[in-house]
Amino acid sequence: MLINITRLAMIALVRLLVGAHPRWVGAAPSFAQSIYFTNHTSHLDTLALWVALPANIRAKTRPVAAKDYWGRGKVKQFIALKVLNAVLIEREVSRHSDPLAPLLAALAAGDSLILFPEGTRKAQAEPSDFKGGLYHLAEAFPEVKLIPVYLDTLHRSMPKGSYLPVPLICTVRFGATLTWQADEHKKTFLTRARAAILSLI
Amino acid sequence: MLTELANTLVTLDPTHKFYWLISAVATLLLVASIIGWALKRKTLAKNNPLEKSLKLINNLVSRVNAWWVMVAILVIAFLAGKLGTIILFGFISYFALREFMTLTPTRAGDHRTLSLAFFLLIPLHYYLIYSDWYGLFSVLIPVYAFLLMPSISVLAQDTEHFLERAAKIQWGVMIAIYCISHAPALLLLTITNFEGQNTLLLFYFLLIVQLSDVLQYVFGNLFGKTKVAPIVSPNKTLEGLIGGGLSTILVGTGLWWITPFTPIQSAGMATVIVTMGFLGGLVMSAIKRSLGAKDWGNMIEGHGGMLDRMDSVSFAAPVFFHLVRYYFTP
Repeated sequence: MLINITRLAMIALVRLLVGAHPRWVGAAPSFAQSIYFTNHTSHLDTLALWVALPANIRAKTRPVAAKDYWGRGKVKQFIALKVLNAVLIEREVSRHSDPLAPLLAALAAGDSLILFPEGTRKAQAEPSDFKGGLYHLAEAFPEVKLIPVYLDTLHRSMPKGSYLPVPLICTVRFGATLTWQADEHKKTFLTRARAAILSLI
Repeated sequence: MLTELANTLVTLDPTHKFYWLISAVATLLLVASIIGWALKRKTLAKNNPLEKSLKLINNLVSRVNAWWVMVAILVIAFLAGKLGTIILFGFISYFALREFMTLTPTRAGDHRTLSLAFFLLIPLHYYLIYSDWYGLFSVLIPVYAFLLMPSISVLAQDTEHFLERAAKIQWGVMIAIYCISHAPALLLLTITNFEGQNTLLLFYFLLIVQLSDVLQYVFGNLFGKTKVAPIVSPNKTLEGLIGGGLSTILVGTGLWWITPFTPIQSAGMATVIVTMGFLGGLVMSAIKRSLGAKDWGNMIEGHGGMLDRMDSVSFAAPVFFHLVRYYFTP
């Protein structure tokens, strides 16, 4: 009950602030298990993409969030784990554990993911270079659809270090599925994935 | 008999006048919905319907549907009283400013200025209407915001396109907040022999502005040949302007009984509203195009964005407000 109310309130708030209107440029929305990968510019990114998804697809799509931030404090934990059903990962790479393990587990369980391959936020229109995570996930689950997404105004709405957002209409553009090629080099794949987002600008 | 009807209408109490108006608008929309439905059926029944006419009819149907929603929201706000109306227009300004700023190339240095424009200026400005503080209402944005907004931006020390950015932000704030707010500001006027009926005047104003847009669209689609300003606004035609404008003025004259005006004054006011609304449509369309867009947004099905619907209001409201204030208040 409380979870549902919070969820509806968050959706309403995101719509009121940044609109988050979906535009399916490359393909129609699909129920198939997918990894939505997108440019990372602000705190609002996860929410905007999550809100832009059709409700029934949203229900089985889990954002990926940093454990050191979202895992602390009761309110943040409630929002991350209960409302958004996020997958929490360690940002610090340690020698003993694989930081991708929780994501691989979620994919194995049949969930879809919202992923930021750049890792960190940068308040700019174009995404910076991708880290390797997306490649490893795609390699482990080649049948999962890879869908590039571009978030257009959020770097202006909430640049790093700002406390209040500026309400600007964000259009969430979903591109065509990126095909997985088994023999492709990791670096080539990541460049191609980034280009898929750039083509949506 | 006409005089008899006129006498009856004038002596109705404001609440009854309001219900008469709503019923009239609802009947109008019902007729429009039926026409749209019939047209669609007829076109679809043809062997190979023209894609162009189907598109036009679909646009017509979604426009009418959006009108139902807009009228419903407006009536609810009116029934909720002055506060409801002011909150409604506060949100309209918010959405209009959001559309304007989305298309305006601002920089990181404007972030705080813009946040304050949305979250401080809009509530403050509308609060002034609510508290009947006309003096500050009329200078808050042209004087204080005009000077203080660039003062906040300048703290970021980004001189790149500084004048353009400050000017564009001021324009957005003037149109989306200041100009649009002059419609609900009609509620703060004390009009001689018209006490407690200002909501009707606001209804009159909105009806004339929007009817003018609708009738110009209808006449333009039926008889339009001569484009008035093909580069700025390809849909505006001379036939649409004259046909739609004149019939709106006729309706405006016939609605004198809900205003403090005589029929002739009402015709004059309607003429001013139609003219300013037309100019507003043109100017806002030119601004939109200079910012590189066709529609301000896609908030209202078939209409485009909030500003596509409010462009004529933003130009007509301040002029109508000041005419009423100058001639009809003590």
